[in-house]
Amino acid sequence: MSGSEAYSLGRPIKGPSALGSDPRRMLHLALTLAVMEFKLRFFGSVLGYFWQLMRPLMLFGVLYAVFTQFVKLGAGIDYYPAILLTGIVLFTFFADATGTSVTSVADRESLVRKVEFPRLVVPLAVILIAYFNLVLNLLAVLVFVLATGVEPRLEWLALPLMLIPLGFFAGGLAMLLSALYVRFRDVQPIWEVMLQVVFYGSPILYVIEQLPTVTLQHLVVWFNPIATILVQARHSLIDENAPNSWDVAGGWVYLLIPGGITVALLALGFWVFNREAPRIAEEL
Amino acid sequence: MIHPLRRTGFHRFDALKDISFTVERGEFFGIVGRNGSGKSTLLKCLAGIYGVDSGEIYMDGRVSTFIELGVGFNPDLAARDNVIVNGVMLGLSPREALARYDRVMEFAELREFEDLKLKNYSSGMQVRLAFSVMVQVDADILLIDEVLAVGDVAFQQKCFDVFNRLRDEGRTILFVTHDMAAVQRFCDRAMLIEKGELSILGEPSEVAARYVDVSFEASSQEEPEATEQSGDGTARLIDAWFSDEDGERVDTLRQGRECSFHARVRFEDEARDPAIAVVIENEHHQPLMATSTDWAQRRTGGFRPGDEAEFSVHLEMAFAPGRIYASPWVAYRGGNRIMDRRSRMATAVITGTHWSGGLVDLPHEVRFEAGGRVHQGTASV
Repeated sequence: MSGSEAYSLGRPIKGPSALGSDPRRMLHLALTLAVMEFKLRFFGSVLGYFWQLMRPLMLFGVLYAVFTQFVKLGAGIDYYPAILLTGIVLFTFFADATGTSVTSVADRESLVRKVEFPRLVVPLAVILIAYFNLVLNLLAVLVFVLATGVEPRLEWLALPLMLIPLGFFAGGLAMLLSALYVRFRDVQPIWEVMLQVVFYGSPILYVIEQLPTVTLQHLVVWFNPIATILVQARHSLIDENAPNSWDVAGGWVYLLIPGGITVALLALGFWVFNREAPRIAEEL
Repeated sequence: MIHPLRRTGFHRFDALKDISFTVERGEFFGIVGRNGSGKSTLLKCLAGIYGVDSGEIYMDGRVSTFIELGVGFNPDLAARDNVIVNGVMLGLSPREALARYDRVMEFAELREFEDLKLKNYSSGMQVRLAFSVMVQVDADILLIDEVLAVGDVAFQQKCFDVFNRLRDEGRTILFVTHDMAAVQRFCDRAMLIEKGELSILGEPSEVAARYVDVSFEASSQEEPEATEQSGDGTARLIDAWFSDEDGERVDTLRQGRECSFHARVRFEDEARDPAIAVVIENEHHQPLMATSTDWAQRRTGGFRPGDEAEFSVHLEMAFAPGRIYASPWVAYRGGNRIMDRRSRMATAVITGTHWSGGLVDLPHEVRFEAGGRVHQGTASV
């Protein structure tokens, strides 16, 4: 049909991409996949959701016993159990989202190689599932927090706002890791180790004031967005006498560092994923 | 030692080269080719699953790809969820998928099993479910890759009935297959891909014939069975071959075309009126025909040492498609004492799209009379 421009050729087929041409389709797909996956977890086993909730609770139980009975790390900290549980639940979201995302694109091989769809759907669905879980876990946390004697405050409404940068941070890493894993299978063990580093580098078992020097407190809050969010969550949700994230950072201007890291990771993750997306079906 | 950062060597491989074609709205278009020819790669490029390194593809309308039935099916989910996931994967919105759910279940005749998990469905039921989702997706262009290989004959027929109906509704269907019968029955046009390149595009029957030629050419390269030799050595068969209608020496013969068998003889000693004969048999050692100079002419003349002679048989190839072997021999007059005999000295592969099941396919006429009406047709290979 060359030359006959009056004849409609239709739209060009450009091959797979990260975003596709129709953002609605991307959302539909990510939501559908996430909802189905969640259904499988919820109704897949006899006790279903119970196990989803038990995982962070069991971890909490063990850590609580160890760090209050043997290592007296929690001694003298107000609301230590509530802080520990909140930290575990928020970190579980991060570990779940990024840990599952690593193999997510490779695991969806049957879809990726058989149908054209925006490739970003796959890590996006992983983040959505982690969010579903987080919301349900946070409901349990709220009950627990109230039970330990914390008074409900207006500031609780700030909690959802903290979940947004948390999701961005996890999302950037999810894009980066899932795209890299298709080529480099070493990503998986490396990331497992990194998660351990992030766990101990965040104020989950301890609170930020327990770090020996102020400089160290600064560094943790500056360069670990998870730590920043946990510090703020402790202040807003549990103990208003605990320091704000900007107090620990040494001024709100310094919060631009973890914010910048989050945005940079999101951009880097998207750039890498977008670059790899057209070839994923062939590389798998 | 292996250096972890050193690049291992690679060579460039183009899965598809220089393929240009246009398919009109409402066409049923076949894409055929041998394994590894690139036909599935082409379909994946058309579907947008693989990106192309160069060239352009345009599609006018909503495209649905069926490289596999039931993409996204999960055995632990019920029919409704699977229909939605599959429908969304194929390009519907969740709402559209849900709206089509009833029609899907009607068409699949699975209404009474809708609450069962997919893992409790038989494989036949799963295929029916997947197929009805595919039909209800309402795509303008369907890209289908040998989906039909999974079902039984009745299911395949149902598939083609549906495809024909979709085509009549103005949908365009691109269909990748090995099944030449299906190509000839259903496709309006077809195209053959060979080693990533467009070999022929046109009438399904031509394309199918070319496909069969190509397939058999490849198998005729395989080593034929070894020949055996016997006789007293007065004459030696030095060469034997088949030729096509133009007299060219060939490995493949087209069914229904004229062809010849040739054998060349050199005499080592004096001989008077020798007889030369040949038996042609199929791969199962069943003799298909035999002929000899004894039956055609009484005397072949006298030969001195060093003389050469050529024997040939001219025939119209009526044997069924497959490999044939020719075993020629030279004998003293009367045919009882052998000078030289070579079993399976020449071989060729007969190609054709028509296979009736018989050893030969002779041109014939079929007549059928009922109630004074006569139906008549000539069948030729």
